Amino acid sequence: MADGSSGMPAIGAPVRRREDYRFLTGQGTYTDDINRPGQLYAYILRSPHASARLSRIDTSGAASAPGVVAVFTGPDMAKDNIGGLPCGWLITSKDGSPMKEPPHPVLAVDRVRHVGDPVAVVIAETFPQARDAAEKIAVDYTVEAAVVDLLEALKPGAPQLWPEAPGNICYDWHLGDAAAVETAIGKAAKIVKLDLVNNRLVANAMEPRAAIGEYDRATGEHTLYTTSQNPHVIRLLMGANVLHIPETKLRVVAPDVGGGFGSKIFHYAEEAIVTWAAGKVRKPIKWTAERSESFMSDAHGRDHVTHVELALDKDAKFTALKVSTVANMGAYLSTFATSVPTYLYGTLLAGTYTTPAIYVETKAVFTNTVPVDAYRGAGRPEATFVVERIVDLAADELGMDPAELRRRNFIPANAFPYQTPVALQYDSGDYQTTLEMALRAARYAEFEQRRQEAARRGKLRGIGLATYIEACGIAPSAVAGALGARAGLYESGAIRVNPTGGVTVLTGSHSHGQGHETTFAQLVSEYLGVPIESVEIVHGDTNKLPFGMGTYGSRSLAVGGSAIVKAMDKIIAKGRKIAAHLLEASEADVEFKNGQFTVAGTDRSKAFAEIALTAYVPHNFPHEELDPGLDESAFYDPKNFTFPSGAHIAEIEIDPDTGSIEIVKFTASDDFGRIINPMIVAGQVHGGLAQGIGQAILEACVYDKQTGQLLTGSYNDYAMPRADDLPSFELSTHATLCTHNPLGVKGCGEAGAIGAPAAIANAVVDALKPLGVKHVEMPLTPQRLWQVIQQHQTRAAAD
Amino acid sequence: MQKTVSLTVNGKPASATVEGRTLLVQLLREHLGLTGTHVGCDTSQCGACVVHVNGEAVKSCTLLAVQAEGANVLTIEGVATGDTLHPMQEAFRNNHALQCGFCTPGMVMSALDLVKNNPKPSDREIREYLEGNLCRCTGYHNIVLAIAEGAAVMRGEAPPANPHGVAAE
Repeated sequence: MADGSSGMPAIGAPVRRREDYRFLTGQGTYTDDINRPGQLYAYILRSPHASARLSRIDTSGAASAPGVVAVFTGPDMAKDNIGGLPCGWLITSKDGSPMKEPPHPVLAVDRVRHVGDPVAVVIAETFPQARDAAEKIAVDYTVEAAVVDLLEALKPGAPQLWPEAPGNICYDWHLGDAAAVETAIGKAAKIVKLDLVNNRLVANAMEPRAAIGEYDRATGEHTLYTTSQNPHVIRLLMGANVLHIPETKLRVVAPDVGGGFGSKIFHYAEEAIVTWAAGKVRKPIKWTAERSESFMSDAHGRDHVTHVELALDKDAKFTALKVSTVANMGAYLSTFATSVPTYLYGTLLAGTYTTPAIYVETKAVFTNTVPVDAYRGAGRPEATFVVERIVDLAADELGMDPAELRRRNFIPANAFPYQTPVALQYDSGDYQTTLEMALRAARYAEFEQRRQEAARRGKLRGIGLATYIEACGIAPSAVAGALGARAGLYESGAIRVNPTGGVTVLTGSHSHGQGHETTFAQLVSEYLGVPIESVEIVHGDTNKLPFGMGTYGSRSLAVGGSAIVKAMDKIIAKGRKIAAHLLEASEADVEFKNGQFTVAGTDRSKAFAEIALTAYVPHNFPHEELDPGLDESAFYDPKNFTFPSGAHIAEIEIDPDTGSIEIVKFTASDDFGRIINPMIVAGQVHGGLAQGIGQAILEACVYDKQTGQLLTGSYNDYAMPRADDLPSFELSTHATLCTHNPLGVKGCGEAGAIGAPAAIANAVVDALKPLGVKHVEMPLTPQRLWQVIQQHQTRAAAD
Repeated sequence: MQKTVSLTVNGKPASATVEGRTLLVQLLREHLGLTGTHVGCDTSQCGACVVHVNGEAVKSCTLLAVQAEGANVLTIEGVATGDTLHPMQEAFRNNHALQCGFCTPGMVMSALDLVKNNPKPSDREIREYLEGNLCRCTGYHNIVLAIAEGAAVMRGEAPPANPHGVAAE
């Protein structure tokens, strides 16, 4: 049986997840489920204004309220020399100047810059006491004009967030060959132009962020339990930059985490507040976000406005792509905010195509909004949306089948490795095959009949395709460093073989829904030939693990899995030496297969468990050559990014009377390289598609332009995809292996969110094509579609 | 004002002294230590806190703890029999219907309520019933499959062929 239940090797099998039992029985341990002895509770008072000067904060009423232990403000933290929250990626502008990097105080000092900016923290014996007391804090706000819209922020006379960033510009970055693009545009047979918006989103992991700080006077150790995708990164950023606590005295634990989607990568103020305050009051302090607080304090995603031009020759081959984007940073720079609309965006604009000349410029602007940072896909959905919308518009203007236009411009399957004009070298891919698989599954050839049938029912039916490429497995540290990253992006893995043959695996990757405890165990079971039940995966605690970079950018298996493989190779190499000694054979003659060390061509062998026992009970052992024990660790620094790709097809129907949209069918064909657990991979695609479809038809984070108030501050206002908004999905995969990591894996976590928005938008525009519609902005809500239909019908009638 | 609430939770008597404003979900999580019931929002939208009160599915953030005086409450911790998962829990596992697990307790409690009232729901009926339960991980695809399988087993039928290729145990 290949499902792992019999303990047999299991790469490629749909093994049921080992983490499910605890989650299905209510025994998961999320941060808010943890309670420490003597624990107090924190409530954070947040700014109700988008922009205001702070003069006096009177905390005396709160400090004397029932149950209150302490109240702290920004000036209290300043007295302890607490640093600001750091940004992890330095972007250099076109003119060679570094980006503007204003301070990001943990608690506001002098002024507040967005609704939700933390102003004070109340610590009390119970959470209701802390919250009640916060109402007694008197803050003198002098409200000033705010700007929340990124184009408004660039206008002369716009309110200015930071004196060091004139015009609200953080950086003005570019990539590619502007001259080559202009030359190609000059010679083009056809130029297609489009302005588009990538709507602002909120990640909305179902578990709200939470943090517990604790200080042990006896050991001097600080502990932070937090809802993080990368506990070591938090330890490094918070310890070194904010609280000045050495790693040896700071433990960060990320226990079960209820979804992240990027929003739990970043180092947040609340983590520093509870850790610091726990040291002050010498008691554990818990903070858990209420959902409305999450909306105004979790980093948001996307929020781009873009102008794009595509040049084509007379054969409909793409000759140049020119992209100009404005990206919203929010009021402060979140941890990886600056890399998202640059190196995770501009580098992806070649897409799956041979476009020889590409130029992209990105202006990042400060606004009075929550910081914007990576959200599932992070730059790559935005790039895909730009490329796939303009390609579809080109097909429309040329009167060509959009599938045929894509085929004509694909990078051929035999052209790898392929160097794009925007810095990346794709190692492998087969875009033709995934497209053809998706077209067949979607019954694309017969679509016109279905359109006509729908028209007879009074419905507007459309089909839309999107192909995508993404750069995952982030990232070769030297490359990232040269581009401004202030961290390495390797991953750690350690294999601790126990004396009786069980295997403890320590990984710097972090699972917050991805199922690493299963997938990584399948990998180790297969490689070492041990039953899956004998493999234990440990993650999420800096005191247990080697330094790790965590999980984001679909990197866990490609980078973290590769580190585990490297460590296992060391285990096997040592095991062969031990086996050679025991079997009195030459090491070169010892083979390792299916958990047995065997002298080649003989039946003389030693089982993995025997070798483990020998390593720890080394009575008969080659002491002159080896140390006892069977415990190896490795760091893996990727040689390149990985490049998952695929084709997504949406088929939709619009009711012209109401503007309501139904997704009739969604087909995805993806290339993720080698797949360890196809059931988990499919689940990742489903979830990504749901978020991509959510962006396309439902979700938008909206601020009031006058007051800067967050209008979508709860699930009453922010439309999360619900079960009856979504279809079932039809998935298939086609693998071309990654050529530079040991597993041949590429990553699958973000693909759905990357391909789906463009596929849905293209389908909607296709449905509305008979009315002369060329583009509609996301989210494609009934209200927006109804208005577009009305406008075009009115225009058609007037003509 | 403090008040003592006595009720039955997962078949066992329980009581706690709570404030008037304490919600049932807070009683369960903070006073009784039953942290399987989760809080995912503050507007009664997400459904992570669904429990059964006197046999009816209820969002436990919409009920004051004092309103549960004398009630019979079933939480996710009380669904399995010993170490043996309920068929609905087993179906969630068989179909990879959970990822981060945070919405899962509410999903399972809602699924049990659906099947109690509609033993053979169609996929469309399952999707419509789940209006009050948000999941951000799964896209609901596998949750729909799981509830259909769980319902079949609860009707005493053989489960449908596993669409993921998972072998029966």
